[in-house]
Amino acid sequence: MDITFENVTYIYQQNTPFAHKAIQDLSFHIESGSIVAIIGHTGSGKSTLIQHLNGLSVPTEGEVRIGEYRLSQEHKPKDMKELRSRVGVVFQYPEHQLFEETVAKDIAFGPQNFGVPEAVIKERIKDVIPAVGLSESVLERSPFDLSGGQMRRVAIAGVLAVKPDVLVLDEPTAGLDPRGQKEIMDMFYRLHNEQDLTTVLVTHSMEDALKYADRILILNKGTKFMEGTPEEVFSQKEALQSVQLDVPEMVQFLNRFEEKFGQQIPFRNQSVEEIAQMIQQIIKELNQDE
Amino acid sequence: MNNALIIGQYVPGDSLVHRLDPRTKITIIFFFVFIVFLANNIASYTLLTVFALASMLTSRVPIRFIIKGLTPVWFLIVFTFILHLFVTKEGTVIAEFWIFEFYSGGLIQGIAISVRFFLLILVTSLLTLTTTPIEITDAIEDMLHPLNRFKFPVHELALMMSISLRFIPTLLQETDKISRAQASRGVDFKTGPVKDRIQAIVPLLVPLFVSAFKRAEELAMAMEARGYQGGEGRTKLRELKIERNDIFIFILFAFVIAGLFMTRTYG
Ligand SMILES: Nc1ncnc2c1ncn2[C@@H]1O[C@H](COP(=O)(O)OP(=O)(O)OP(=O)(O)O)[C@@H](O)[C@H]1O
Ligand SMILES: [Mg+2]
Repeated sequence: MDITFENVTYIYQQNTPFAHKAIQDLSFHIESGSIVAIIGHTGSGKSTLIQHLNGLSVPTEGEVRIGEYRLSQEHKPKDMKELRSRVGVVFQYPEHQLFEETVAKDIAFGPQNFGVPEAVIKERIKDVIPAVGLSESVLERSPFDLSGGQMRRVAIAGVLAVKPDVLVLDEPTAGLDPRGQKEIMDMFYRLHNEQDLTTVLVTHSMEDALKYADRILILNKGTKFMEGTPEEVFSQKEALQSVQLDVPEMVQFLNRFEEKFGQQIPFRNQSVEEIAQMIQQIIKELNQDE
Repeated sequence: MNNALIIGQYVPGDSLVHRLDPRTKITIIFFFVFIVFLANNIASYTLLTVFALASMLTSRVPIRFIIKGLTPVWFLIVFTFILHLFVTKEGTVIAEFWIFEFYSGGLIQGIAISVRFFLLILVTSLLTLTTTPIEITDAIEDMLHPLNRFKFPVHELALMMSISLRFIPTLLQETDKISRAQASRGVDFKTGPVKDRIQAIVPLLVPLFVSAFKRAEELAMAMEARGYQGGEGRTKLRELKIERNDIFIFILFAFVIAGLFMTRTYG
């Protein structure tokens, strides 16, 4: 589903002394089938933004369009259920939403609410459990007896079992060990490709944004600071640093390489192997010159 | 978080009312609550209303915010008024409508009770609007201090209060977050039959309790790790101090009380 934000402003607790403008005049477009990373310093409005994607928040001004759904002050659909079944959101620390007696029941909770037949739900549970890297033996255990990482996976499985078209991830790997982080991100990437999803990824990790995203949107204090492909965005080191963001290690490395050896390797989102080969090439040329 | 009711919400500011010692505010409100019941004619009610409205204006809390925040209370005030109008049968008949007769006594009493109610609510919510929960707890601990002698656990009580007050916003935030997460999983808190809506509370309450218990445990652990061992010999970071402003307000309030006794009718 295509997603469009048109001059969206969102104000928390409007008409009180606590009114707070979390998003201001934000416009962008997400193409169906792409992965978009949303990056920004803490408090820049990322979580607020993604709550517009399944109608949890309706823009104070402006309009959000998700597929054929339209959300604005003039147009507030009463029933958001269908939209929510098509846009799956994995919140920051999703393990806080677990509540059922067993893991199986908790995963089934979402699909049940959206009216998926029991037999189909059983099938889906069988599919999602290995997909998130759990074994079937956890199905009958209480979610509260699991480790933090396992709980996170159960919560993610609960969202995937709804089979959404759009997957929205708010820092899905925060607080996990490095290996778990990689496993989960790789899992989302695989699902994205297998099921033709549109994925919106909020992340603090420049490495993930570089590795997985087709486009990057950078927020600063509720407004759009920059937008473009990873190559375009990460080649602007100074601009990023002005909003307290780093560039990925790879880009840092290339910059340092240029400083030290006076040889420029243009950044085009190459893999480590490709870069290694290019460096080898340069060294060879340098040796030949001598 | 929706803000249907503002009682208990603090609006930061630097007005005279904000800067008063919390004990001053609590004492004045304590007495105000009593003397409101002594007012019995236009002059005495006017005096108290002027005092309350003046405090409200001095506090510089936006008036629109107060009026909107008291919405549920308005309803109650209007309801009391109408009830008095219909039920009280004193004085002369001033209007007739279908089978009802309205008496002057009913009108006067209705107005009097409503004003009384309004004044009470306004003044008490002004306390919480201009005083942080921590200040209120400190003040209560300080004012109850004499009870210590009768083995009344004043410090523990104050600690319990400040911990609860501290965690109310946290719990509200948490509730908000979890209900958003469950709404995303298709729970409908707002429409549908009552039975379904009551059932929808379970996925909200269970995670809420789990996290509240976890927080309580962590807090207890953190307090112990930092050597907390009860109120004995504990000193304070924030010292309460009565200043010139407080004395000034007390004198002013004494005049209000004196004025009240002069204007009210006896017998
Ligand atoms: N319920 C709320 N009421 C009032 N203000 C809020 C609320 N939720 C968020 N805000 C404010 O809106 C701003 C944006 O918050 P948001 O949660 O969208 O930031 P974020 O980019 O997701 O940050 P983080 O990286 O820390 O998750 C912040 O300044 C925050 O204080
Ligand atoms: Mg966030």
